[in-house]
Parts: sequence; C-alpha cells; structure tokens
Amino acid sequence: MSSLSLWISSSVAVTARSESDHRLRLLSSSSATIATSPALHFCCLRTEALKLGAKSNRWKVVAAAVAPQNGSASDEFDYNLVIIGAGVGGHGAALHAAEKGWKTAIIEGDVVGGTCVNRGCVPSKALLAVSGRMRELQDEHHMKAFGLQVAAAGYDRQGVADHANNLASKIRSNLTNSLKGLGVDILEGVGTILGPQKVKYGKVGSSGNVITAKDIIIATGSVPFVPKGVEVDGKTVITSDQALKLEFVPDWIAIVGSGYIGLEFSDVYTALGSEVTFVEALDQLMPGFDPEIGKLAQRVLINPRKIDYYTGVFASKITPAKDGKPVIIDLIDAKTKEPKDTLEVDAALIATGRAPFTKGLGLENIRVETQRGFVPVDEHMQVIDVDGKLVPHVYCIGDANGKMMLAHAASAQGISVVEQISGKGNVVNHLSIPAACFTHPEISMVGLTEPQAREKAEKEGFEVSVAKTSFKANTKALAENEGEGLAKLIYRPDNGEILGVHIFGLHAADLIHEASNAIALGTRIQDIKFAVHAHPTLSEVLDELFKSAKVGRTGSLDPEIKSSPILHWLKSTPLVQVWHLLLSKFST
Amino acid sequence: MASPLLSRVSISNATAGNTISFSSSVSNGLLWRRSAAFPDKSRRKVSTVQAKIREIFMPALSSTMTEGKIVSWIKSEGDVLSKGESVVVVESDKADMDVETFYDGILAAIVVGDGEVAPVGAPIGLLAETEEEIAEAKAKASKSGSSAPPPPPPPAPAAASASPAAPAVAPAKSAASAPVPDGPKKIVATPFAKKLAKQHKVDIGSVVGTGPFGRITPADVEAAAGISPSKSTGVNEVSPVAAAPAPVAAAAPKAAASPAPPPIPGSTVVPFTTMQAAVSKNMVESLSVPTFRVGYPVLTDKLDALYEKVKPKGVTMTALLAKAAAMALAQHPVVNASCKDGKSFTYNSSINIAVAVAINGGLITPVLQDADKLDLYLLSQKWKELVEKARAKQLQAHEYNSGTFTLSNLGMFGVDRFDAILPPGQGAIMAVGASKPTVVTDKDGFFSVKSKMLVNVTADHRIIYGADLAAFLQTFAKIVENPESLTL
Repeated sequence: MSSLSLWISSSVAVTARSESDHRLRLLSSSSATIATSPALHFCCLRTEALKLGAKSNRWKVVAAAVAPQNGSASDEFDYNLVIIGAGVGGHGAALHAAEKGWKTAIIEGDVVGGTCVNRGCVPSKALLAVSGRMRELQDEHHMKAFGLQVAAAGYDRQGVADHANNLASKIRSNLTNSLKGLGVDILEGVGTILGPQKVKYGKVGSSGNVITAKDIIIATGSVPFVPKGVEVDGKTVITSDQALKLEFVPDWIAIVGSGYIGLEFSDVYTALGSEVTFVEALDQLMPGFDPEIGKLAQRVLINPRKIDYYTGVFASKITPAKDGKPVIIDLIDAKTKEPKDTLEVDAALIATGRAPFTKGLGLENIRVETQRGFVPVDEHMQVIDVDGKLVPHVYCIGDANGKMMLAHAASAQGISVVEQISGKGNVVNHLSIPAACFTHPEISMVGLTEPQAREKAEKEGFEVSVAKTSFKANTKALAENEGEGLAKLIYRPDNGEILGVHIFGLHAADLIHEASNAIALGTRIQDIKFAVHAHPTLSEVLDELFKSAKVGRTGSLDPEIKSSPILHWLKSTPLVQVWHLLLSKFST
Repeated sequence: MASPLLSRVSISNATAGNTISFSSSVSNGLLWRRSAAFPDKSRRKVSTVQAKIREIFMPALSSTMTEGKIVSWIKSEGDVLSKGESVVVVESDKADMDVETFYDGILAAIVVGDGEVAPVGAPIGLLAETEEEIAEAKAKASKSGSSAPPPPPPPAPAAASASPAAPAVAPAKSAASAPVPDGPKKIVATPFAKKLAKQHKVDIGSVVGTGPFGRITPADVEAAAGISPSKSTGVNEVSPVAAAPAPVAAAAPKAAASPAPPPIPGSTVVPFTTMQAAVSKNMVESLSVPTFRVGYPVLTDKLDALYEKVKPKGVTMTALLAKAAAMALAQHPVVNASCKDGKSFTYNSSINIAVAVAINGGLITPVLQDADKLDLYLLSQKWKELVEKARAKQLQAHEYNSGTFTLSNLGMFGVDRFDAILPPGQGAIMAVGASKPTVVTDKDGFFSVKSKMLVNVTADHRIIYGADLAAFLQTFAKIVENPESLTL
C-alpha cells in the first residue's frame, strides 16, 4: 500500500508539471514564482507565504520548548505584562507572553475562561451537539433513508444541561492548568488601572493590592446587551447566560435578535420541542450574513421548522410571566415606532448582541473615554485617549474594543499585542478571521460578503467575481444524506485574490479554515486550486470552489478550447488511466 | 427535474463531482471543460394563449413546488426580449432561479410584481410580439390581474398573524399599548399552529384555542382540519376493526368496497374521509403492539333483569357494561394502564371507558370519563349526550381521545363472539358478544338454560399478562353476575 502510493505520487508530479507548464502558457499574469519552480505547486504556495510573511512582519512560531517558570521582570516592575480578564483573549495573550519568557499575571474578577468558556461558545456547543442528534433522530425521513429504525427519541433536560455544564468546567480547568503550567500568575479580583503602568486588584470595596507592570492589556470582554424596556427576570425573560443553563424548555419562546446567538438557540430549542418566534429589528432575518447564504439558511433553518418571525420591529417592552400571565412582548415598527403587535409567549430570549464590559476599569485615570462602552484602540490594539493620542503601554483586546466580537479574534489580537510589544510590529488582519454559526447545518464565513466586496470593488476600481459550489455534488455529504449546502467564493478575477468565502452546509465551521488560512497567508486562487484534497471528504467542496473560479481569464485567450487537446491527450495516457483505476479502488 | 427548465443553481456539478475531485489535480483543462459542458441557458415554457400575446407562467422549478415568489423582474415592461434572455428571478421552495424566455417579443405587462407570490401555472407576465399589441396585452393584464386566482398577499407577508386573520390585526394596533385587552380577543397562535393552518387552509380565526392562555396550538389546528393529532398526543379515535364492516356496508352501499389488486371493471375508488384515514392509520399502527386475547363466558340473567328494571330510567346496556368494566378495572389497575414507550407502565389516574360507535361510514369512540366514579344514571345521561354530540360531529378532542380502556359491543347484531384490535395508546379492549340462552351444567350436574354472553379481551402483552387479564375477567364476570353493586 505505501509503496503503491509512492509510485502514484511520482506520477502525479510528472503530470502536474506538464499541466502547470501548459497553464503558464495560458495565463499571461502568472507570477514569476511559478515559472521558476516547475516542481510541485506546494512549493509556490510556501514561497508565496514566506514572502508575504516577511513583508507584513508576521510572527514566527516559537518552536523551542518553553520553560514552565516565569521569566523575571525588570527591576522596575512587578510584571512584564498584566492582563485584566482571563477570557479566551487574555488567555491567548498570557500564553504567548509566557512563551516569550515574560513574567505575566492575569487578573480575573469572576471565573477563568470568561464568556466563551462559561457562558458562550463552549456550553452552547454542548447544547448544539445534543440538538443536532435529537434533530437527526427525530427526522424519520432522514433515518429511513439510511435504513435505520429508531424508536421515538426523547431527552432528559437535566442530563442535557449537565453536559453543557460539565463541558464548561472541563474547559475552564484546562485553561487554568495551561496558565499555571506556564507559570502565569492568576490574581483574583477586579482589576483597576490606577495610572500609567499601575494596576490595583482585589475584591470590590477592599483596598486591594497594587502591582506595577511594564505593559497592560485590557481584556474584560462583554456581557449580553439588554435593550431598554426589557425586564430580564432570569426565568421567563432570559439572556444567553441563563439559556445555556437550560433550566426549562418552554413550549413557545420568542428570540429577540436573529444573529448567530439567536440562530443557534433556535436550533437548540426547536430540536428540544419548543416553537420559536424571532423578533428582528432589521428588514430581514440573519443580518450580517452574506445575503445569499442567509436566504438559503432561512430556507433550511427557519422555514421548515416550527419557527415564525417578525422583521422590521423592535421589542419595545418585554414583561416576564407573572400573576398567571404569559410573557408579553410589545412590538413597535422599527422605523415609524408605531405599535405593531403584541406577542404572548412562554419565554423570551434576548439575543440582541453583546455590550462591552468596561466599567470600573479606571480608564479615567489614564484619560481614556469609552465610546458606547468600547475602549478605543488603533490597529495595533493600543488604547487611544481623549485627545486621540496613543496611551503608552496600554492595550485593549477582544470584545472590549469591539473590533470583532469573537473569542478567537480576541486571542489573535492578544498574540498580536504581545508581538507588538516585543517590537515586531504586528497587525491582525481581521478579514482573515473566520466566523461560524453552529446550527445544523453550520454556517461559516471569512472576509467580505458579496455586497461588501462589490462596494469595495466599486471604490477601488477592480472587478469582482463569484463562484459557487453545492454540497449536492459532494460524495461525503451525500453519504451522510446531507446534500443541502452551498459554498461561495468572492474573488478578484484579475489577480486571484480571495475576498471572502461563505459556506452553508455540513461541517461548514470546520471547512472554512482552508479559506481563512489562504487569506491570512495571501495565497491566491491560482495556487491553492492545485492543493490536493483527500477523496471523499467534505473538503472537496472547497476544492471544487477554488477550481471553479476563473482567474486571469481574458476574452482573447479562451482556455476552454485550448486545453481540450491536452485533455484528450491526458485521458489517453495509460499512466492516467491506471491512476484513475487505482483511485477508484481506493475510494470505494 | 421534470420541468423543461434548468436552473443556474443546479449547475452544481451534479454528476461531475467524483471524477473532478481527483482528476483535477492532474488536469486543469478538464475543469474548464466541465463547466462548459453544462448549459448555462435554461428554457422556459411560454404557451400561446392568443395569436400573438403569450402568457408567461409561473414555472414548476421543483417537484415539490406549489407556488413561487417573484424575487425580481430583470426586465421591465416595454423591454424587448430575445429568446434565451433572463426575464425574471423566481424563488421556489428550494432556490432562486432565473427564468428565461423561449420567444422573442416585448414584455408587455407584469401581472405578478416583485415580491408577490403566484401558484405554479398562474400567468405572471404577458409577452407581446409587436408594439401594437402591448395595449391589448395591458388591458388583458389588468383584467386578469383583478380576476387572478389568488389576490397577491400584502407586501409584507412575513409580518403578523396568518392571512385570513386580517381583521384581527387592525385592532391589535390599539391593543398593543394595553397588555391584555378584554375587548375583541386577539388571536394568539403558536408558530407551528400558523404553519399548519396555512398548510391545511384552515382559517385560524375560526379555531378555538385550547392551549395555555387560550392560545391556538398545533393540535387545535389539526382538530379543526379534521386530521388526527400528531403522534405525541396519542391517537385514540380507533375502534375494533370488526365493528367497521357494519357501518361501511350500511352507510356506503354505493362504494364498491373491493380492494382486490386488479380493479374489476366498473369499480369505483372512493378516497378515505379524514375519519376513515385516521382509522386506517391507527389500525396499521396497532400492528406494532404484541397483543393476545382471552375469552370468558359471563351469565347475564341477573344483568338482564336489572336492565329491564332500570331501562325506564334511561339506563342503556352500554352504560351498564361500561360501569361493570370500570368497576373491575378499579380492582385491576394494570389492565387500565398503557405502555407508551415500550419500557414502562403508565398507570392512568382515571378510568375512562371509550365506547366504539359506528357513525356515518366511520367510527368514533366517545369516552365516559371516570366511569368508575359516576353512578349508573349519571353515566347513562353522559352517554346520551356524547352520542348526540358524536352524531353532530361536535365531540371535543378530549371527549374521544382520552380513553384508557375500550368497550366494543356487537351483541345487538347477534354476533356471539369477536375479536377486537387494540387501539394504540391503550392497554386493553373488550369485545362483547350477544347474550344467548344456553344450556349450562352446574357443579352438581344439573342442566339449566341460562343467558350466556361471551366477552373477549385483547390486551398489550408488554404490560398485561395472561393471569392479569384472566383475573380481571373473573372480577368482571362476578360483577355482571351479581349486578346489584352496579346501581350503588
């Protein structure tokens, strides 16, 4: 088997080379790197990446093992770096700082792990894992198609809730251990900046301990945003904080906000038997998603389920259930503010986004004013004061700066700040940070949406093309009976730059990284399209996607016609026939 | 896809997928060839209505599509179209698709505008061949526009309550400020209830809500639509199959009830009514329950004597039997239990005797609730009401699906014994035959003629075992043979 595959790969090299040579003749805009490396395309990919990396001063991976003890701070300061907030952002920054040998402390006023681990991404994934299975087991048609017979599926609410809770504790202890293992000091209490390079921590009201640090990172995150007029009682009117505890499964729940939090919860609740009513202030559901993806998602995730929705309305007043009355939601028109309707439901989940948690940070001591609660920062995440000047040694990452409210974005910003402090100017490319919504099927995206790309193109004067592939043609997806899905690539046909990729389909959240890495490394379509994907896997959806993009194609030089003689030649080559034969054997 | 249209969306490499995934790393040329191999153009069906004005119909873009929404007209009125050009984008239940014209001409009129919905096959636009015909086409459009089958829904189909409830929406404006107005009661229906109402074309305004706070639940809509409630609520409008032939034969003589595979020439096919469909569904469902039967002879001389006495007071034999069964069940709760999940006993808190009744070509099982607790006269009174309601089709859901034990009596037809099918969701059903004078021998060897009735109980053997059933029948027989207790 292994000798066989070796033999095959050598044949690939031969054919691939001839193909690339052929391609060069066709594409006038091919870069010099390809021409000089006639071997495999991986080489081009890597050279390109390194070249770009050097240009933008990307950090290098620290390969050497790092001693678990903390580095020593200079005599002037207690610590090299103090991070306020031990969420995913703070954790990422602390780990990276510790790897650099810095003496690092992290201040946490609540529990290690922050929102993501305790009240966000992590427990919600546990609930979604359950809802995905429930949905599958309840789908008689789906099961029948597999030839499976399943008796009525049921669930134990407490068991589901425990799963979510256990997962959160496990991840929390992993996080704590990783910090301790690297020698990061975990300081308990609320952190307040007293002045330049000086931080106080301790229980609210107590005098607290004062420490000094060369640099300070604010990573205090966010809390659920509750619009005014909404009374959260934690039982029938709840935010994601309470919903994740799954204390009860209402028959009918209204979800205010149809962003990714609302969508994920609609997936959970409908799978557990609730009916859902969405209340969305904008004119269409799922704002923020690429419109085409949103539309398809609505067809799959909303329309066939026990969900209805109101768009273009605000929930001006939400009263929790009491005195034998249901939860009452007053709806007003989002534009005219006229009363529109009243909903009577069993529960309401407020999923209207998140608000930064920056109170009590002592920002006034360094002359910084928040903007709608967010800490203003520059592209290096360095904090900006009232006069628009950079505050030395103070950075803010994650939800608290509001640049991109995602756990992994916070972590990336944290690492970038550590790089920045160590003198390696670093800027996070937010357009390369993927985002995902873990519904069934999942939605994922990176970069620009089509309207954003078109707007940018108009401004900067370039052309935009869109390529799409469907999950319906993917063997693995069909084997799973999950052919519903679409992948969409938005790119520049002139130079092959990837502007955005959006996926809706089975395991979309895992598939997006090929695209996000390509954007991060600056890989162009004409290069990535030669990367090989294992067959049969879902990753072939992206393979197809990149291959269906038409880069550098001009009217005068039509590759369709010119390539066909080569194609015929290739088809008749015995080597290729053997190759096909072998592959068909492996894939079955 | 059966329609002559090929969508752009479906260019998704339906067949090429597998080959491409590995050969593409070898040959890039193949790729271009593949996409070129798929026709980019689709065809659209336009049929000739008059000589030169053609109607553009809402195409069927998928096998399940019943209506389509116009996303946008790519062309506007007065535009000159040439064959193969995209004219309109239609949203089906699956995807958005460009629809292209099959003919050259001028788009004379748009009948169904952007964002509006039309059923498959309805005209959505008119195509004129020459400019002179545009006016004519327009006139035709305005005419057909007003008489078009479904008037286009209001521009915001997403908003507010389901369609026919329009009058209820208007007062909602004023109601919004006050929490719960006592005036015209606002219609509250759950999302799924609204969906079902739309699907089954039920006017949601006419449905009585029985859910919490009086809201309309999916079950209410199903009840209003006359379909059996979904599985979760347990289906009970069943009766022994043996009872079915009688009403069918009596009430539907014209229906040639011959289900032989090759239809005999001249036979007619009569689709099930909703009630019949429910019976059919439940009968098939019953096959999943392992049942067994135990028969028992019961002497009824004393019961008959009692019946003669209480008959003038309005007591029926059904009430007597139901009462006797209920009293026996009170002593044998397992026979009143049911097996819901195949893993446990569900002991029912009350004894509700469902009694099978043949009714206009169907079957219904009105339920005598708490039959063990009510006295014989009340029970008879209740039974009379239930039968009247059943005839008038006014039974509420709980009045026919809350049974915990079923009684089926064919004795009045002279049937001596029969076998009943256990309705899903119950533990046992009793089939009662006619009481007939029979020669019996007592333990001393003396012959006598006594009235004897054979009862036969079918039970779910997952929870009720032979001895349980036998003991229950023994108790039942004792009660019937010494019926004084029935009147207590």
